[in-house]
Amino acid sequence: MKVRVNADRCEGHGRCYSTAPEAFVADDLGDGHEVGDGTVPEGLEAKALLAVANCPEQAITIEEG
Amino acid sequence: MGHHEPVTDWETDFDHTDDLWAADPYPIWDELRETCPVAHSERYGGVWLPTRYADVAAVAYDTERFTSRSVIVSEFRAPLMLAPQGIAPPISSDPPYHKEARRLLLPIFSPQAVDKLEPSTRAYCEELVDALRGRGIIDAAEEYAQHIPVRVIANMLGLPESDADAFRGFVNHVLEGVSLPLEQRAEGMFALFGYLQGHIDDHIANPREDLISYLLESELDGQKLDAFHVARTIGLLLIAGIDTTWSAIGASIWHLAANPADRERLVSSPDLLPVAIEELLRAYAPVTMARLVKQDMDWHGCPMKAEEWVLLSFPSANRDSAEFDDAGEVIIDREPNRHAAFGLGVHRCAGSHLARMELRVALEVWLAAFPEFGLADPEAVRWSGGQVRGPRTMPLRIGT
Repeated sequence: MKVRVNADRCEGHGRCYSTAPEAFVADDLGDGHEVGDGTVPEGLEAKALLAVANCPEQAITIEEG
Repeated sequence: MGHHEPVTDWETDFDHTDDLWAADPYPIWDELRETCPVAHSERYGGVWLPTRYADVAAVAYDTERFTSRSVIVSEFRAPLMLAPQGIAPPISSDPPYHKEARRLLLPIFSPQAVDKLEPSTRAYCEELVDALRGRGIIDAAEEYAQHIPVRVIANMLGLPESDADAFRGFVNHVLEGVSLPLEQRAEGMFALFGYLQGHIDDHIANPREDLISYLLESELDGQKLDAFHVARTIGLLLIAGIDTTWSAIGASIWHLAANPADRERLVSSPDLLPVAIEELLRAYAPVTMARLVKQDMDWHGCPMKAEEWVLLSFPSANRDSAEFDDAGEVIIDREPNRHAAFGLGVHRCAGSHLARMELRVALEVWLAAFPEFGLADPEAVRWSGGQVRGPRTMPLRIGT
């Protein structure tokens, strides 16, 4: 499973990296980014999906899986 | 609280400072969402009130047709000459100016920066509960919740903690004094800016490691911020940082006092707190923002006039059953929870990470100190009206 934060939509609510810190990380403005190439560590897919669903701006897309 | 005539018709003559709204706005919004999803009132020179999530979101995202020049509904609208900064940048700024003015603040309120403030916040909460131990009945709004954000924000900004009473006076005036005559409203604003100017002058003469000095050194478009811009941004942070967080902490404690099962669950499973906090923020979102209509237009069938207000009720959006299952119920382990308590779009609350940290630490310390607490007198609880809603009087029984 692969995730991607759309930088144009992200407003830095931080729900993704607080819900699934293994898959998302904050930059120094508080905006969220996928970790690495966005591949979600195995076994953490449900957590990543929850992070996607928690985003108030619906800024995260699931690219694979 | 309201200085206006009591409301008898919420569809055509609502007033967000009305006593009924302050005491319990949820049934009002629930009904409006069904019967009149975009209500209108002639008060304050015209106000629209969308109550459905989708409509609130649409206004929040539409920075072309709705301006943030003024964000607190009253008879006073910030003069057009203040654009694009508005009265208190960046909350009152519109794109494209808004983005750079906001960017100055974001690193100070980033999750990494907020983490560093957690130990001092916790120590202060501990101090507050230590002072309450051994008492039977206390006021958790006045004696606990309100002190936490005042101290945190004063230290960040570089203002003396000993001025806490003065801050609360300014904040109360700006947010709750919206029905006062214009002259009185202006006097309160002058008092706030006069106070801030003294501290800004002192920081110009004696720079130090705090937010006022940081802003005085900051540049926007290659130019240093002028002292007037700094004063308005500091005023914003003072006002936005205090009442809102105080309200969120207070409303959360109120919910747990009134719902023993939720309280017991959090006492026995403190790990659930981050999830519970999101639900408490959804259900009791303290902040309603506002916009001004830029030009006459038909908006989804509503004949909106230039310079009319739109109340952006994130608290009502968060209770919309089209968006949330069992929207009217507090489900303490609700997941997912895509609430809009901190707004939507470019004006997402810049202090949201700080607010969440303060709320979590305040509840952790409170629940550890007083695992058994309840409302001492439910009828005596008083909630603020206007655009920031939270308990202002809340007698709790904390000991035997």
